[in-house]
Amino acid sequence: MTEGLQLVARAVGAGAIPFVIAFIVLVGAVKKVPVYEVFVEGAKEGFDVAVRIIPYLVAVLVAVGMVRSAGLLDLLADVMRPVLSLVGVPAETLPMGLIRPLSGGGADGVLVETIEAHGVDTLPATTAAVMGGSTETTFYVLAVYFGSVGIRKIRHALYAGLLADLAGLLAASWLTRLLLF
Amino acid sequence: MVNRVFVGLILLAFAVALLCDVGVLPALRPPGQPDDVAVHLKLLTDGAIQSAESAVSLAIGLIGVLALWMGLLRVAERAGLVAMLARLLRPVMTRLFPDVPPDHPAMGAMVMNMAANMLGLGNAATPLGLEAMRHLQELNPKKHLASNAMVLFLAINTSGLTLIPIRVIAMRAKYDSADPVAILLPTLLATLCSTVVAVLVAKLLGPRFSLDDDETGTPPAEATP
Repeated sequence: MTEGLQLVARAVGAGAIPFVIAFIVLVGAVKKVPVYEVFVEGAKEGFDVAVRIIPYLVAVLVAVGMVRSAGLLDLLADVMRPVLSLVGVPAETLPMGLIRPLSGGGADGVLVETIEAHGVDTLPATTAAVMGGSTETTFYVLAVYFGSVGIRKIRHALYAGLLADLAGLLAASWLTRLLLF
Repeated sequence: MVNRVFVGLILLAFAVALLCDVGVLPALRPPGQPDDVAVHLKLLTDGAIQSAESAVSLAIGLIGVLALWMGLLRVAERAGLVAMLARLLRPVMTRLFPDVPPDHPAMGAMVMNMAANMLGLGNAATPLGLEAMRHLQELNPKKHLASNAMVLFLAINTSGLTLIPIRVIAMRAKYDSADPVAILLPTLLATLCSTVVAVLVAKLLGPRFSLDDDETGTPPAEATP
């Protein structure tokens, strides 16, 4: 049962990217888009994106790296482990769960930090990767979107956003273990 | 908020390392060379320098995959894939937002914003989302109070409906994962869970948060009857 699911997960993973690439190129060609020229023009932006995330990565990696070097991250994980293991969340993903709703750049940084500390294909690092890909920066979205139209009372928007994040983080933990380990 | 977290983390790390070295706190991690002075502060130095270095080498390593993806997304945008996805989403959206007329510009902007988000077109999604908020505000009777439609729209938005999390995949590839794309299916399903919860909470809690409040609600009654 689990093995079958894991096979499906790997097949979807392996097939998705080539499928998407071929599909986009095909639709582009059918719609008479000058695919090569447009691709190159868009690809230039990839460089900008990579350079743009450097300051955020440096800031977060240094801050989290210092906390880990002081031994505090392991201590925190050890303290929280009994509670987190009850709900099936690897304690090492705690930094990711805490930073994800706050900052997108921060989440990138914490993901890298988790990968470097535990190894890319370990359960904690893989879970953190799924967490990083499956939720958004709730506080940022609410601040920017409500701020843009001058809404001051946001009613239950924060609860909805944070409960959705919590659901995403729990689901990420459970699904990673079920589908990949 | 992030500002305070940043300052707090750095000062906390420094304080703990200092107190460990002075001997006030017991050593939190086994020191490498026991007879060395300031072992914990040295670890902190290494941590800071190495982290800063790895941030840059990682970002440089991501350029290739990001360029490939941004190029493809530009083609997708030009070929009208956002509009195609928006057409698929529209029936679901009109059912989720009964208080927004189906042909109101707010609906169009919301649907396009979600389609762009799903494809990972963050740069295109934000202006569409802000436009959606502006149109939703036109439908909103109390201009300082979030309407049900706004809360639901942002709840779905913050739940992060992305079909392919390319940045995460690129990072895993950079660190030589045996199967960088293996995370796709769990990520997609986790996102789905988070979106379902977002919709449920937004819908269920709506009636509990009053749409009336006294700030601009009823103006003070005139004295003359």
